[in-house]
Amino acid sequence: MTTELFTGAEMVVKALSALKVKYIFGYPGGSVLDLYDAIFQQDEIEHILVRHEQAATHMADGYTRATGEVGVVLATSGPGATNCVTGIATAYMDSIPMVVLAGQVPTTLIGNDAFQETDIVGCTRPIIKHSFNCRDLADIPNVIAKAFYIASTGRPGPVVVELPKDLLIPQNKAPFAIETNPTIRSYNPNIKGHPKQIRKAAKAISEAKKLVVYSGGGVVIANASELLTTLVETLKAPVTNTLMGLGGISGTHDNFIGMLGMHGSLEANKAMANADVILALGVRFDDRVTNNVEKFCPNANIIHVDIDPTSISKTINAHIPVVGLVDIVMQQLLDELSAINFIPDEIALKDWWHQINTWRDVKSVSYKQVEGEKIKPQRVIEAMYRITNGEAYVASDVGQHQMFAAQYYPFDKPRQWINSGGAGTMGFGLPAAMGAKLAFPDKHVICITGDGSIQMNIQELSTCKQYNLPVVIITLNNRSLGMVRQWQDMVYDGRHASSYMESLPDFIKVAEAYGHVGIQIDTLDELEPKLKEAFSIKNQLVFVDVLVDEKEHVYPMHIRQGGIDDMWISKGVKA
Amino acid sequence: MRHILAILLENEAGALSRIVGLFSQRAFNIESLTVAPTDDNSLSRITISTIGDDKVLEQIVKQVNKLVDVIKISELIDRKHVERELLLVKVAAVNDKARTEVKRVTDIFRGSIIDIGKQVYTIELTGNSDKLNAFIEVLSNETEIIESARSGCVGMARGDKSLRI
Repeated sequence: MTTELFTGAEMVVKALSALKVKYIFGYPGGSVLDLYDAIFQQDEIEHILVRHEQAATHMADGYTRATGEVGVVLATSGPGATNCVTGIATAYMDSIPMVVLAGQVPTTLIGNDAFQETDIVGCTRPIIKHSFNCRDLADIPNVIAKAFYIASTGRPGPVVVELPKDLLIPQNKAPFAIETNPTIRSYNPNIKGHPKQIRKAAKAISEAKKLVVYSGGGVVIANASELLTTLVETLKAPVTNTLMGLGGISGTHDNFIGMLGMHGSLEANKAMANADVILALGVRFDDRVTNNVEKFCPNANIIHVDIDPTSISKTINAHIPVVGLVDIVMQQLLDELSAINFIPDEIALKDWWHQINTWRDVKSVSYKQVEGEKIKPQRVIEAMYRITNGEAYVASDVGQHQMFAAQYYPFDKPRQWINSGGAGTMGFGLPAAMGAKLAFPDKHVICITGDGSIQMNIQELSTCKQYNLPVVIITLNNRSLGMVRQWQDMVYDGRHASSYMESLPDFIKVAEAYGHVGIQIDTLDELEPKLKEAFSIKNQLVFVDVLVDEKEHVYPMHIRQGGIDDMWISKGVKA
Repeated sequence: MRHILAILLENEAGALSRIVGLFSQRAFNIESLTVAPTDDNSLSRITISTIGDDKVLEQIVKQVNKLVDVIKISELIDRKHVERELLLVKVAAVNDKARTEVKRVTDIFRGSIIDIGKQVYTIELTGNSDKLNAFIEVLSNETEIIESARSGCVGMARGDKSLRI
């Protein structure tokens, strides 16, 4: 019997099939034409042609954030691959599993400054979890399997696989063999919390008088929101989410005290500052959370649970570090609490909640809308929430609109909120929304954006047309780069250096030019009816351009270099 | 505080650049770095000498360990260990006095003169970094140092402890 031989291009497709990949997001070019030819000749995997490779990475990313499945990107060598860099960095910062297949010039030309040659493995080294230079045809299937395994386990992240053209061409063939559950001797993601640490953590929790649960993106990634809810309800404790962790517990849950950090609620930040025990779950004490680390929560005994040891005690010292997958550790904690017959301290809880409710009463997340005046951006988010019953997938760009969405759209479920939290990548929103819409065509998928961000990947309106991805784009149009402008108002005496968009396009005409529907909203009385109209249109992308008050700032906001609870709650007013 | 890190990692293309890239990306310091395959050809061993307080060291160890290619990392300074560095130094030996003094100092430090040119000696010396520094200082008082090359230190834990897979 002769062994069947395959080209490298065929092997890539077979490997992806074996790994149950449904979509590849990409853009063709010289070095990957053989691979495109192989994709063309099968129908198990659908290729989505974007208009710019950056959008391919964000679309894969949005698909992953919505579904949990590993996103796959395909780009040609040189500029195709370098265009992926921002999207890879975005995925890396938010721990999103992604496999990027990047073409490369033939091995014989590598290092010769050949046409469209870039050392993409070198370019991406600081922003990937791992990368592979494929140099042997027969290795392709297992390299791809390993890439998936590394991308999706432990703390997830992007993996780059470089595929030189001579490995893909029809002239070279080899037998196909793949181990879809590979083992890597140097890579053993630590999964279970150390029992001694679990006991310590449970003891600290059971003795706490002012406990706060601080949960982040790790809980969402680990699909652990049910466990989080059970844990919070067992402890009867207040819970705050990071920007990445929103939806980890329902935004309408009684114990939820809002997002914390730079634009978090006063009650969340105050609770953190006054806590005696902080149970940190799948978070990394980001500078947008902590404010000045020297002043961070001075009285708190910090239990830090994370799968990545480097996140623990990096910025804030953890008193009880627990390395492990957050879902497993939460279950261990619940078991241990039950073993020690944990009963919540009702008296302490009563005092603690009373205190928290006094902070809640400040209503730090609020704004004033005067009838007849310009639409406040927050009002748009609230309308959007009502009309979609809070059930939409909301993919955000970066800026004021992102913070308003985080504050005013309580997410009931994890993965509903899709945003570039760590990298803060403008241009992320539209392609990410497209990825979510591809996964959930029957759900409302919103791209909440601004007049600055939307223009960073607006060409994808064309991809939406080609693949019928009727997302609802809501642009909070303030004719300026709002967050930049806000900082300039607050820190630079109102000098608006380059934060003003002087020649905005007519977004309605842009949308129509791409074959979509455009809806313009200029006044408050139009807001609700026209937004309803936008969401009632099925099977067509609707671009809603809402003129909002350009002077509105995002509040509350950390006072720079202060403690976590030092906040502006409105212009010139400190908490 | 000075630390010596011994790292065992896959002997694969690009593995070294991941380590070096990590140090530069996160603004960790590298005083010296040496790398070579081990007796097991599939593994490389890197020894890095670095400076940093305990918090920085903790991050370095964790970050290096996180790299997929890295199998093990061990800090040597905090435990009993041996460390050695190799020095090759070429010095001016233009007259009898210089030649005599260079030979004398080399003998005292238990180094060897391994090559002789018309007006130069090349000396080999191994030892810990302090010894090498002291030798260079003494030598420079006696004659002109023309060229020097140091290997960076390698180290191992004393006794039965070993770093292998």
